[in-house]
Amino acid sequence: MPRQTPFHSRTNALCESQNWVEWSGFFSAQTYEMDHIHEYNAIRLGAGLFDVSPLFKYFIRGRDAVALMNRVITRDASKCGVGQIFYTAWCDDEGKIIDDGTVARLGDDFFRMTAATPTLCWLQDNAFGMEVEIEEVTDAYGALALQGPTSRDLLQQLTDADLSSLKYFRMLETKLAGVPVNISRNGYTGDLGYEIFAEPGQCEKVWDALIETGVAYKLMPAGMVALDMVRIEAGMLLLDADFHSASTAMFEVEKTSPYELGLGWMVNLKKDHFVGQGALRRENARGPATCTVGLEIDVLALEKVFVQNSMPLQLPYQSWVDTLPVYSDSDQRDHIGRATSGTWSPVMKKYVVIGRVKPQYAKIGTQVYVEQTVEARRYAVPATVVKMPFFDPPRKRG
Amino acid sequence: MTQSYDAIVIGGGHNGLTCAAYLAKAGRKVLVLERRYLVGGAAVTEEKFPGFKFTVCSYVVSLLRPEVIRELELAKHGLQVMPLDSYWVPKEDGDQLAMYADPAALREEVRRHSKRDAEMIPKYNQMMYHIANAVKPILGYVPPNPASPGLRGARTLSEFGKHLQSLDKKTFHQLSKIMTMSADDFLAEWVETDVIRALMGINGIIGTKLGVKSPGTAYVLLHHYMGELDGAFTAWGAQRGGTGGVSDAIASAAKSYGAEIRCNASVERVLVKNGRAVGVVLEGGEEIYAKTIASGADPYVTFRKLLDAKDLPDDLVSAIDKFKFRGSSGKVNLALDTAPKFSAMTDPAFLRGMMEICPSVDYVEQAYDDAKYGAFSKRPYVDVDIPTMIDPTMAPPGKHVMSCFVQYASYNMPEYGDRDQQRDAFGNAVIDTLSEFMPNLKDIILHKQVLTPWDIEQEIGLTEGNIFGGELTLDQLFFFRPAAGWADYRTPIRNYYQCGSGVHPGGGITSGPGRLGAMEILRDGN
Ligand SMILES: Cc1cc2nc3c(=O)[nH]c(=O)nc-3n(C[C@H](O)[C@H](O)[C@H](O)COP(=O)(O)OP(=O)(O)OC[C@H]3O[C@@H](n4cnc5c(N)ncnc54)[C@H](O)[C@@H]3O)c2cc1C
Repeated sequence: MPRQTPFHSRTNALCESQNWVEWSGFFSAQTYEMDHIHEYNAIRLGAGLFDVSPLFKYFIRGRDAVALMNRVITRDASKCGVGQIFYTAWCDDEGKIIDDGTVARLGDDFFRMTAATPTLCWLQDNAFGMEVEIEEVTDAYGALALQGPTSRDLLQQLTDADLSSLKYFRMLETKLAGVPVNISRNGYTGDLGYEIFAEPGQCEKVWDALIETGVAYKLMPAGMVALDMVRIEAGMLLLDADFHSASTAMFEVEKTSPYELGLGWMVNLKKDHFVGQGALRRENARGPATCTVGLEIDVLALEKVFVQNSMPLQLPYQSWVDTLPVYSDSDQRDHIGRATSGTWSPVMKKYVVIGRVKPQYAKIGTQVYVEQTVEARRYAVPATVVKMPFFDPPRKRG
Repeated sequence: MTQSYDAIVIGGGHNGLTCAAYLAKAGRKVLVLERRYLVGGAAVTEEKFPGFKFTVCSYVVSLLRPEVIRELELAKHGLQVMPLDSYWVPKEDGDQLAMYADPAALREEVRRHSKRDAEMIPKYNQMMYHIANAVKPILGYVPPNPASPGLRGARTLSEFGKHLQSLDKKTFHQLSKIMTMSADDFLAEWVETDVIRALMGINGIIGTKLGVKSPGTAYVLLHHYMGELDGAFTAWGAQRGGTGGVSDAIASAAKSYGAEIRCNASVERVLVKNGRAVGVVLEGGEEIYAKTIASGADPYVTFRKLLDAKDLPDDLVSAIDKFKFRGSSGKVNLALDTAPKFSAMTDPAFLRGMMEICPSVDYVEQAYDDAKYGAFSKRPYVDVDIPTMIDPTMAPPGKHVMSCFVQYASYNMPEYGDRDQQRDAFGNAVIDTLSEFMPNLKDIILHKQVLTPWDIEQEIGLTEGNIFGGELTLDQLFFFRPAAGWADYRTPIRNYYQCGSGVHPGGGITSGPGRLGAMEILRDGN
């Protein structure tokens, strides 16, 4: 049976829907209310509070900490200043992505890494011959994500630290409601937001303070259903949805490289050797086989399809994760890729989809066709390649 | 009475029945002759005590070929296999290991023992699936004679070569290791937790007289990755009513196509005229004629008992005499008054899965050491299954039957006295060992059935009690099964065929030999 996170007594009390799923061995709320829409709106209007404790967390300490990070991740860890956070990928020898996550530099020789999948072994194996200590601290910290336009003002009520000077992808150590916490400014929503780490014994206190003060800031606890909608709006990829880990994928065709996932910007080919560098260098020279793109479904065309079936337009009420064919033509003859997740975006009033297509179709403005099923019939509905993130408000960085 | 058939199948084991079903489906007039009072062979359910049905020998299903399930419509005929949720192991320090079928639950439980292993096991599975995926097609091939493959054999070999080439370099290296290493050495390269290695290593030694540290046992690990249940790789399940239900389903399919099945009909000899099989003689002298004879019995019975050595080439006779049977497994079936209690078990839900007495690698290897020179393990490996935890058809309400598969035992164990004494001593060792982990066991036993390898031979007819009709080691597989040159289901006697687990793809409830044997018979126009 899944375990309870350090916030469980609180999340459980608020979880009216009792709609739990398993996430990395823990109970995780899908929604708190029976319906997710208030939670979604809170994230874009006020703030949403997520329990993200199940993330795998590691401390990497010691003389060779930078060397180890640099060997494993695709970005240049030496460029990550103390107090800074990198979003990065890590790959296998073939340059296929294993996982993505954040690497935070807590000290000169001290990093904290978060991952979606267990990564201890991978770090240990790569640390061969290095002077470095690797510790899994998944259970040593509870973690919250506080995301949304009011998150800064809300958080500021509870801490003495000056949050207005905390920049995007930076962090600080402070006290929140008297509890020592680590606050970083980043998240998985594409909005202004923070992640807060605290020791398990103190987690409930942190949660209570946020919920109590949050009333005035339109805070709601939010679950995974709302989170998946906002992460698609933010153009953020999800493991086991938009890509698979090369270390557990059953078939070669399921593996992808950072270049194919639109994460080429985080591959630093110039730095010293890292795992997968050779393969990535070759791939960079020849160009990736597919490209990850943002697609916007032509809703008027979709409406026509519904009308043909004597129905009014129906839009997805929540996000989906699937593998839908993408074609270059409306006759569905020329298969050019796949759509991997999508959502109607209530905040943008657009139907947005993340997918992977052949490179020649990846240019912004290209028209492609995404398969949609209406009344048990398949249609190729026009969609346009658009810039990702779909939703990118200035407040995210500002 | 003399009656003539297109084909006679000797032995109503699940393979003989499968062969008969395919032949009958193709329009042949078929007769199955079974020595015992019921069909099933080693896949048989018997009500040994009123109200209590034992899955006498085999007890779980995974290797049954999906094409057979489809082609013979076995679900319609009563096949109903329920997946097992977990493998549960009590450790000697009072802790437990629960290997769940559910990947998330499994990961969390393994993390409790070793965070490294929690990451390595999915990678190990990935590697094994890759290899199994490339090797698996051979389960459906007729083994060619590598010395003179002929056109079809050459095609098979080249197709197989292509499958192997599809493996990337790293996986290919792993395949080479798996062909040569011991199960435990191979696993130790991936897994550090002793009890997990013990449990995983067991798959390498089932049905062979080898230990987890004996070279060559790693390959058998791979064999287990070729099973599936409803498309889920490597999943094992329990057939409703015991594995006799599988045989009954196949028998029912065979009958629906018109096959006749006669029990209490032991074949004494195959009638050979001018190098050609023409019929059989039953014990008691009755003769029955047919154009084709197929034997679903093991290779020793097929060649050495049912034929005269003078009808066979010398090299085949000597190959069969060297074929390793040397049964190493026994079975203890118990009727219980209530559900048993394991002292280390934290959740009674584990009783619905398999319970494995293999607390450490050394325990399992020690069990082998005891039996290596003949005799049985003083503290054996036991694979415990209580089908009545989910299946209401096998015992009166509230009561249970418990199937205990045991390794190791030997065919001859004279140091314990006569056969009855050997059986008692063996049965007591098993129950004593189980009682260490299940303190209430002895108080709740109502009835018991104990089978040593010798008993398996007497009851089921498997030579020396080998559960697979000959060990499943690399030297006895594919084109070596049962002998080089005679692995294509044919024999030196024209119109006499093999269709039991002594031919490719071998032992276990697979229906593979039965199906492929029937295909070859039909191919020859018989
Ligand atoms: C104790 C034990 C446990 C096992 N556990 C499992 C398990 O859990 N899962 C699994 O997949 N496999 C298991 N196996 C292996 C599996 O049961 C066998 O490999 C399989 O059932 C063999 O089927 P078969 O039809 O080839 O041969 P058999 O089942 O041996 O059938 C041969 C038949 O031929 C009959 N016969 C023999 N000689 C004559 C004759 N002269 N005239 C007429 N009839 C004759 C016999 O009576 C018998 O019915 C186990 C086997 C044993 C013994």
